[in-house]
This record gives sequence, structure tokens and C-alpha cells, in this order.
Amino acid sequence: MQQGASADIREPEALRGSSIVAQIRASRIEFVVSVPDITTSEGLLRPLSEGTTPRLIRICKEDEGVGICAGLAYTGRRSLLLIQQTGLLDSINAVRGVAVEYGLPICMMVGLLEKEPSVPPTQSRRYGVRIIEPILDAMGVDYHEIEGDVDVAKIGPAIDDAYAKSRPVVLLIGRRPLG
Amino acid sequence: MMKRDDCLKVLARHVTDLDIVLPVYSAAFAWIDIRPHPLNYLSHGAMGLASSHALGLALGRPDRRVIVLDGDGSLLMNLGSLVTIAAEAPPNLYHFVCQNGTYEANGGHPIPGRDRVDFAGFARSAGYRTVHEFSDLTIFEQQIGPLLSETGPVFADLKLASGGPQERDYTRLHGLHVRRAFREALAAS
Repeated sequence: MQQGASADIREPEALRGSSIVAQIRASRIEFVVSVPDITTSEGLLRPLSEGTTPRLIRICKEDEGVGICAGLAYTGRRSLLLIQQTGLLDSINAVRGVAVEYGLPICMMVGLLEKEPSVPPTQSRRYGVRIIEPILDAMGVDYHEIEGDVDVAKIGPAIDDAYAKSRPVVLLIGRRPLG
Repeated sequence: MMKRDDCLKVLARHVTDLDIVLPVYSAAFAWIDIRPHPLNYLSHGAMGLASSHALGLALGRPDRRVIVLDGDGSLLMNLGSLVTIAAEAPPNLYHFVCQNGTYEANGGHPIPGRDRVDFAGFARSAGYRTVHEFSDLTIFEQQIGPLLSETGPVFADLKLASGGPQERDYTRLHGLHVRRAFREALAAS
């Protein structure tokens, strides 16, 4: 299921929050459901919170968001769960049951807390970062690394694919997007 | 104290063919026998998430009443959802908790704080628009109609006696056919 892992350490490059927001809007996401994440806080959540579309739903705990996105999916409304990888870890059972076993298009954008820029997640010195992709592999959940602006173009097709196939996808934000 | 099935039978008389109902665990097994309907949303995937699924449905289909029949143990797993729901304030969401003080579907063990916990107080503090408590079936019967006409989010604590044994075939809640029927019914209506 691995779709985005990089074999080599890449050169640093910019990642602009505005590019990600544009992709989210272009993907017909109507709701962003979020617990704040320090990686995406300023470059992504802040500008999203200042707009009216997509509608921002602030939640108390990440697994709530899995349920909310599932309910929205049944109504034909697209949503994106914007969280930190610690929240993803906390929500594994919800992702297992709701997204994977039920086969629902739960789209998650996950900031990788303290991942070193340009270092592939599996090569991070941070245990909490290193384990994410192997866990997603074990669960059979598709994921994509979003490390620089060149990766942003993956977002739209990944979301479209999740809805077309009715299956979850995780977009791993590997560095703080610029505001 | 009310008997769960009596309470659900009263509620069922006020639920229309357009309403979406999300019953949980013991209430779910009772409800699908009392009121089988494709717009029963039964597959919550993980304990505690029914109220969150309900919020998504309520936001996505503001033209429908969305009625959650939560469990007390389930709600304790997702108390934050009370705050989230109150903040989003969907006018079409009706959140009942079946408070019997036990994890009835998991061996009948008591919930933490069963003699002290105040679910109505939680909902009130979270900011639900209206909060009710019922322990008398006659009063519930008198008030349930008007309650379901109130602007949501509405919370109602149903104080119930523990139910008896149930046959629990979980494929009736989680089976693919259940989810498919719901999806098709919602899309068609």
C-alpha cells in the first residue's frame, strides 16, 4: 500500500500552505475537521480558519473526526481530517473500524510532529514519526508524503481516488508549510 | 426508572420515515426489532463514535432529523463530542443517552461513577440548546413529541433499568448489507 515513500534524503524545498489550501478547495472538500497540529498550525490551519470555505469544524479528539467524516461521506459531502500523527495513533481503532473495515473515504492530512525536513519519515530520528508508515502499511491504508511544493499535486488525485474507491487515504505533511 | 424497550416503543411512534436514527449496542438490537428501517444507521465502527457520526450526518443533511440513541458507557468514551456538537449547534440533532449504568453489551459491568455521573449536566455545561431528563415513562410519552420539534441540538437523558439478555448478532449492525441499505435509502430520499 505504500505509495509515497522516498528512498533518499531530498534537498530542502519550500512547501506553501496556500498551495495546499488551493488543492483542498479544488478537491471539493466542504469540511475540514481538525485538532490543531503544530506542523500545520500556521501555514494551513490558520488560513483555513480565516476563510469560510471549506467549513472548519474544531473537534476535541481526533477519533471524533473519523466519525464526523464518515457521517458526512454518507451524505455525499467531502471532508478532510487535519490532525497530527499523535492523533492518528490515538485514532487507530476508529480508522480500523470506520475507514478500513467499512471502506469509507476518510481523508486524513497528518502533520508529522518533529520530523526533520527532507528526511523520509521512516528514516526520522523520532520514533513517533518512524513508525507511522509501517503502521499504515500494516493497516492497508494508502498514504502520500507531502514534503515540498512538488508533492502538493498529489493531494487532489489522492482525495479523488479515495472517494472513487471508497477507501481511506493519509497525506503526510513532512514539514511546516509556509504561510 | 423506565424499561428500555418501553421507552423505545414510545419513541418509535414519533419517528418518521425521513428520520435518521443511530442506536448503539443494546439499544440498537432492541431498536431494529421495534422499528426496522433502512435509515437506521447502525455501523459506528468503534465504541463511542455514534454521536460523532450523527454530527456528520446532521451537517451533511440539514433537511433531516438525526436521532442518536447513545449508551452511557459509549458516551463516556466520547464526552468531547458533546462540546463539539454544542459548538456546531446542528438544529436537527437529537441526542438521547440510554443511562442504565452498565456496559450491558460487555458483561454488565458498571460504568465508572454510575451513582454520581450527571449526563444532563455534561450536556448542559457543553452548551446543548435544550436538555431533558426522563425517568418516568408517562412523562416521557407526554413530552417526546414536543421534544422532537425543538430546535437542536437537544439532549435527553433516559434513565433506564438494565435490560435483560439479548441475542446479539453483530452482523445485523455491521454487515455490508446494512451499510449499503442505509446509503441507498439516504441517497434515494
